[in-house]
Amino acid sequence: MVIDQSKMQSLADRFVEADVKGRSPWADARRRFVRNRAAMLGLAILVLVSLFAVIGGQFAQWSNEELDFSVMGQVAQMGQPSLENGHYFGTDNLGRDLYARVVQGTQISLMVGIVGAAIAVIVGTLYGATAGYVGGRTDQIMMRTVDILMSIPYMFVLILLLVMFGRSMSMLFLGIGLISWLDMSRIVRGQTLSLKNREFIEAARATGVSSFRIIIRHIVPNLLGVVAVYATLLVPLMILTESFISFLGLGVQEPLTSWGALISEGAGTMNYGTLWQLAFPLFFFVITLFGFFFVGDGLRDALDPKER
Amino acid sequence: MFAFILRRLAVAIPTLLLLIVFSFVLMHLAPGGPFTGERALPPQVLANLEAQYGLNDPLWLQIWNYLVSVVIHFDFGPSFVYPDRTVNQLIANGFPVTLTYGGLSFLAAVILGVSLGVVAAIWHNSWVDYLAVGISIGAQVLPNFVMAPLLVLVFTLWYRWLPGGGWSFNDPSFSVMPVIALSTSYMASIARITRSSMLEVLGSNHIRTARAKGMPEHRVIIRHALKPAMLPVISYLGPVFVSMITGSVVIDIYFSTGGIGKAFVDSALNRDYAVMMGVTILVGALTILFNLIVDVLYAWIDPKIRY
Repeated sequence: MVIDQSKMQSLADRFVEADVKGRSPWADARRRFVRNRAAMLGLAILVLVSLFAVIGGQFAQWSNEELDFSVMGQVAQMGQPSLENGHYFGTDNLGRDLYARVVQGTQISLMVGIVGAAIAVIVGTLYGATAGYVGGRTDQIMMRTVDILMSIPYMFVLILLLVMFGRSMSMLFLGIGLISWLDMSRIVRGQTLSLKNREFIEAARATGVSSFRIIIRHIVPNLLGVVAVYATLLVPLMILTESFISFLGLGVQEPLTSWGALISEGAGTMNYGTLWQLAFPLFFFVITLFGFFFVGDGLRDALDPKER
Repeated sequence: MFAFILRRLAVAIPTLLLLIVFSFVLMHLAPGGPFTGERALPPQVLANLEAQYGLNDPLWLQIWNYLVSVVIHFDFGPSFVYPDRTVNQLIANGFPVTLTYGGLSFLAAVILGVSLGVVAAIWHNSWVDYLAVGISIGAQVLPNFVMAPLLVLVFTLWYRWLPGGGWSFNDPSFSVMPVIALSTSYMASIARITRSSMLEVLGSNHIRTARAKGMPEHRVIIRHALKPAMLPVISYLGPVFVSMITGSVVIDIYFSTGGIGKAFVDSALNRDYAVMMGVTILVGALTILFNLIVDVLYAWIDPKIRY
């Protein structure tokens, strides 16, 4: 009887491997994530969209501010997408290259989404972790404040802020970030409460580590799973908020643009037969939201397999 | 129960007062008053105007006066831009419209969303389920400002079935597209929430007991499964309600329905602070009231909550 040596070798390898390195929860989660087809598709979409935002500008034949006088005035007839004149996505109603505009809109929308989510995550995590760790009356007051802030119609307040203090990018970042940390802080507080009495925190406290250091070095790292999932789901919400504001014309200002502004422009001109002006920004907007939702759901399922 | 409602009111009222004070202070911090236009006004005129609107008083007095007039007289004062119109009039013009299509959208989102979710959960892993999940995944990336142009494109420009904008209380065809545009993405979220909570409930012990007793399936679902499965949906109703009002901003702009959102955006573009504050406060009050109702409803349905 002949034994296939290579197969035996691989079996032996597998045993050794399984013995030597047990799978950590993170490795398990990664495996589940990679197996999740929707999540991997989402990840691929996000990588492609990011690549488009970063290097897409290299392929543009026109800048985003340049007017193409040859199509001006007859955009509906001459401005459609074409490879010949270099307007891959056609032109907008003023004769500007839509490809360059969409690249720029993608950059800005992604940036607003990521920076807004980052602000929300940082503020929310620190706030929630502090409230949960300190506890007592401080916790009461801090969470009551969150309750109060949550019942404010934030979209209206955001528009109020933008109108009163000028429509700048930084105001938009600040406004969007600062109103979206509330949910985050609640989730983080709940997690912190359950972490707080574990042995390693007690050990840290016994060795005289300051409260601030315990929060930063011991509590926050243990919250990473929840924070990561929430942040992934927060980015599309930030993008939606920004697009909503920009759709109303209260967001980013010309010559800057974003998906919301481009969709608004495209929607405004669609009855002249220039549908591509709506279709291209809408396409990128929709696939990116899909991507983030799929990746977020996939991450959640991967980190918390019982919840299906 | 009564004590619980009182306790919630004790939080709600200070919240509202805080919102009023907050927006008032914000307005004062803002660079440029309501009368700084393109042409500089003569100093005497400016002084008279400021005296008339009480802008010379110390800040605390102005806040106090505003609070009193809003809370006691329910009067948001005159518009800063259109002196012949009061904020109350502007709100009274737009509010019934917003309430009509907002309320219809709310009902549509809840009824369709819950039905879709329940159906998907009952026939779990069948084509019905896949269809429902597909619809809800697809619909969640279609917010109102995406749905609005798409609907107009299809139903007005291509098929010419529905009017592309305008409003009339007598003609329901004006409200079809606003309602679809507003409710689609929330319908999707409600369907997802209902489906997952229904699946969880259907796997629980009391459902197994009910089935073991030989209870017919439709009774199991209606009598035993639906109520506990609705809890997560109810807690999501607050955000949905807020979004209906917020979404009216887009709907009013896009469909020219003339609701409260139009008053808000117009005032935002004109820097008419009085109207902006009035709308913000009104929406805030509604939000707080609605959240209160939702909390009470939740406590009433969920026996685990003690109040």
